Formats: sequence, structure tokens, C-alpha cells
Amino acid sequence: MKKVQFKSNYSQYFFLAPQLGILLIFLYWPIIQTFRDAFTMQDAFGFGRQFVWFDNFLFIFDDPAYFIAFKFTIIYSFVITLVTGAIGLLLAVNANNVMHGKSAYKTLLIWPYAIAPAVVGVMANYFFSERFGLLYHLFNDLWGFNWYESVFDSYIYLIIAGSWKQISANFIFFLAGLQAIQKSVIEASIIDCKSSFRRFWTITFPLLMPTTFFLIIINITYAFFDTFGIIDTTTIGAPSGETRTLVYKAYMDGFRGLDLGSAGAQSIMMMLIVLVITIFQFRYIEGKIHYN
Amino acid sequence: MIRYFSSNFSHLILLIGIFIMIIPVWLIFASSTHTALIINTQGLQFFLGDKFLENYTKVLLYEGGFFKEITALKMFLNSFLMATGVAFLSVISSLMTAYVLVYFRVKYATLLFWIIFITILVPLELRIFPTYSVMSTLNLVNSYWGLIIPISASAIATLFFRQFYKTIPDELLESAKLDGANTWRFFIDFLVPLSKTMIVAMFIFMFVFGYNQYLWPILVTSSEQYWTVVMGLKMMSGSIVNKFAFVIMSMIPPVLIIIVLQKYFIKGIFQDK
Repeated sequence: MKKVQFKSNYSQYFFLAPQLGILLIFLYWPIIQTFRDAFTMQDAFGFGRQFVWFDNFLFIFDDPAYFIAFKFTIIYSFVITLVTGAIGLLLAVNANNVMHGKSAYKTLLIWPYAIAPAVVGVMANYFFSERFGLLYHLFNDLWGFNWYESVFDSYIYLIIAGSWKQISANFIFFLAGLQAIQKSVIEASIIDCKSSFRRFWTITFPLLMPTTFFLIIINITYAFFDTFGIIDTTTIGAPSGETRTLVYKAYMDGFRGLDLGSAGAQSIMMMLIVLVITIFQFRYIEGKIHYN
Repeated sequence: MIRYFSSNFSHLILLIGIFIMIIPVWLIFASSTHTALIINTQGLQFFLGDKFLENYTKVLLYEGGFFKEITALKMFLNSFLMATGVAFLSVISSLMTAYVLVYFRVKYATLLFWIIFITILVPLELRIFPTYSVMSTLNLVNSYWGLIIPISASAIATLFFRQFYKTIPDELLESAKLDGANTWRFFIDFLVPLSKTMIVAMFIFMFVFGYNQYLWPILVTSSEQYWTVVMGLKMMSGSIVNKFAFVIMSMIPPVLIIIVLQKYFIKGIFQDK
């Protein structure tokens, strides 16, 4: 913190009021309600509420559909992180490697970042439609692709749709990370190591670790939450609920099934998962990486 | 310049990357300039057709939506209002919160910090129904405020402003104090002008965030009058070429902003001078 500060004075309440006001009314109040929903059950007519301890949680653990959604969420976020990270890094290394046209490449590669996931989903829809979808027919010719029935094929569909725009975010951050590495470090490494491939993996990549771990968190959050718009405009969970993320399933149970107790319990489970990932990042990963 | 490998190879890889980014959008755009008959019989088109004006004006000006109560033009207006509102509100509130966090000797500073930043763990998707019930209690369903306020408290923007303030030398406040500046004067005359780049960067970030909202507008607007572009896409009826045209138009505002203001955006996010 700053050595020189203002003494605590009344104006601080004015400066804090807008954000704290919004947080208390539109964030903390709903969160308290989420906990209330998760630990209570409403009677059939919605008049009364009964405290039921962990019943709502036990119900979701008994539900095979919850584990299907759990499995899909884990696989989906893992693959999206890997695919978008790898392609983003490849593009960033090459953009950093060219003399001419660097800024043009940058502009031409970052714009998909701005497109809404739901818009990407609607677009992906056209490429995977049975009627005139180019990718549908290409993959269908290759291995009989049919995402309406095959779980594997619907995964492929959602991975392509979900990765496309996220490559841009990975590219921007990796490029900034590469440009922040000091020239002298790279110059020194050239003297020690002739193979450029080995030099990249032993010198440059370790120096990119802070960027990499930041992007892992960004990509996981994207796969958990932002892909809602993609799933809702593409597979809608098909085939038979196999491609629903935990967030999508919680929404469907709350909205279609009007089961707010279950939706609340699922939300709290999700908060715990995000909390664990965050703690894991701070505890284990941040301590082990090099900062330049 | 230090190279890992030949730059011709790099150009090739980058061009393939750009091709993957542009070709899907181009195919939809080119197809949106044909008649529905051509799309239905021959599939997506690579070359431009001659129905550009006809298809695009039809989408923009004719009645759309499920109950035919709204035009795409109105949806664009709604999206623009929502995105601008979110950007203004979140930038101003974050700017002020970060000011207190960095420049005031507050008693419960750590507690205050966590009250704000723990909210990163609880995105709107995790509290969507309770948030809706709060909105209906406050009578904000089907209103612009209802679209804007709940997503306008951005801990991320606050974090960025806080990091930025921390890089400002202590001498600034010292000399401002010598000049007799109080908390208001220092904020308005010194801090805000210094944060210009960061303000623009966060404004872009939050504008795109607000414009791209999908789930929240679906839930909080039952009246078509408040539909936004991104949620309207799925609800839109009409022929396939009109849908193509709407998809293309829907991505123009955020993409244009990112391309035009790219320099500020990157400068602010990565804080390079």
C-alpha cells in the first residue's frame, strides 16, 4: 500500500457507495437467497418452506445426470484450455517472430475475442447443420459424424464452437507475455543453446509461466460459465443431456423444472469447485513459477 | 530481432490462423447476400450475391421477434443502451472504489478488499434465479435498469484500477497535499486525468461484456420491447438469409470497437507505456 494516504474521512463513503450498494443489493442478497434455497424445500404450492439440511445436496449426488454434467464440464474445460492455449501460443510465437506486419497480424487475430459466445453458437449451428453444414458433411464423409446421436461427435462440435473465439484471448496474452521477456535473456540463451526448439522450451516457455497459469484460469472460467450461450444455441445438451455443463444443468433444473432447491445446491457446489481451483492456483502454482 | 525459425514459416502459420478466424464469418456474410432458395438448394456460398440491400434492410426495419413487436433496429438500440450503461456504471464505481482502497487509510481495509474480490468467484450464472427474484421484488423486471445494474459491479475492473493506482508514485499525492488538494480535488484533477488510458480500456472491456450478455436479458425481459441483439438471435423468426444477415450485423459493434480502439485496450490491460 501507499506510504502517503488520506486519513479516513467522510468522503470515502461517497466513493464506496455505488459499488458497495450494487454488490449488497444485487450480489450478496441473492447469494444469501441461494443458500436459503439450497438448504430448504418449498412445498408443492410454494407457500411454505422447510429447512431440510443437506437433502438437496444428497438429491443431486443421487442424480446420474449430475455426474454426466460433471464429467462433461471437466473434459470440456480441459480440452478447451489445452486447444486454445496451444494454438494461441503457436500464433503468438510466430507473430513475435516476424519483422513486418506484426500489428496487422495482431488486429486480424484478436477481433473474434469481441464476439458473444451465443453469436458464435448460432454461427457454429450453420456449419454443423444436417442440411447445409460444411463441417457436418466433411466429418460425416470422414467417419459418419452425427452429433444428434454420438456423444463423441457432439463433444467435437462443442469443442470447435467453444475454442474458436477463445484462441484470440490466448493469443493476445501470450504475445504480451513474449514481448515482456527481456531481449538480453534471449540473447544470452542463444550463446548457450544452438537448437531453437530446445531454447524455446527450456528458456522462453518457463518465463511465460505466469501468463500460462493466468490463461489456464481464464480458460477454465470461460468453459465453466461463458459457454452457456454456445450450448444453448447449438446442442442444447443433446444427445440426451450428455453435453450439459454444470451451469447449464443448474439453469435447466431451476428454470424448466422449477426446482430452486436443487438449482441452489448445484450453484453452491459450483462455487466450491471455483473456490478450490482458485486456492489451488494461489497455493501451489503461484509459489512454483518464475517471475521475470 | 531474435528468431527461432525462418520468418516465412511464421507468415504461413499466421495466415492459416487468420484464415480460420475469417473464413466462417465470410461464408455467412457472402451467404447473407443471396436468396433463401439458393442457400436451401446449394448450401453456403463463397461468392457475394446481389441481395445485400434487400436482406439487410428487411432485417433491420421489419417487425421481428416472436410476437412481431420489435425490429432489429430497436434491439440494437437496446443493446447499445445496455452496454453503454454497464460500461459507464462499472467504470465510474470501480474508479471510485479503487481510489478508497489505495489512497485512504481505512480501518477495515482488508475486509473491504475481500468483500469486493470474493465476488469474482460468484458470477451471475450461479445466482441467476435469486437475482431475478430480487429484481422482481424491486420491480425492475422489463426495464433498462434491470438489464444494466446487476452486472455493473465489476471486481475485475476495480482490480485493474487498483493495480494502476499502485504504480503511481507517492510524490503525486505529497505534492497535491502541499497544494492543498482535498480528497475530491485530488481525485478529479489528478487521478482521473492520469487514468485516461485505463478508463478507455475498462470501458471497452465492460461495453463488450455488457453487449455480449445472453442469459441475463433472456431472464429479465419478458416483454419484447427490451430484447437485446444477442438474445434476439435465437428468437428471431424469418428466412435463413435474414438470420445470416442478423448474425453478421450483431457482431459488428463489439468487433468494430475492439479493432478501432485496440491500441488503448491493449495498453490498458497490459499497462505498457
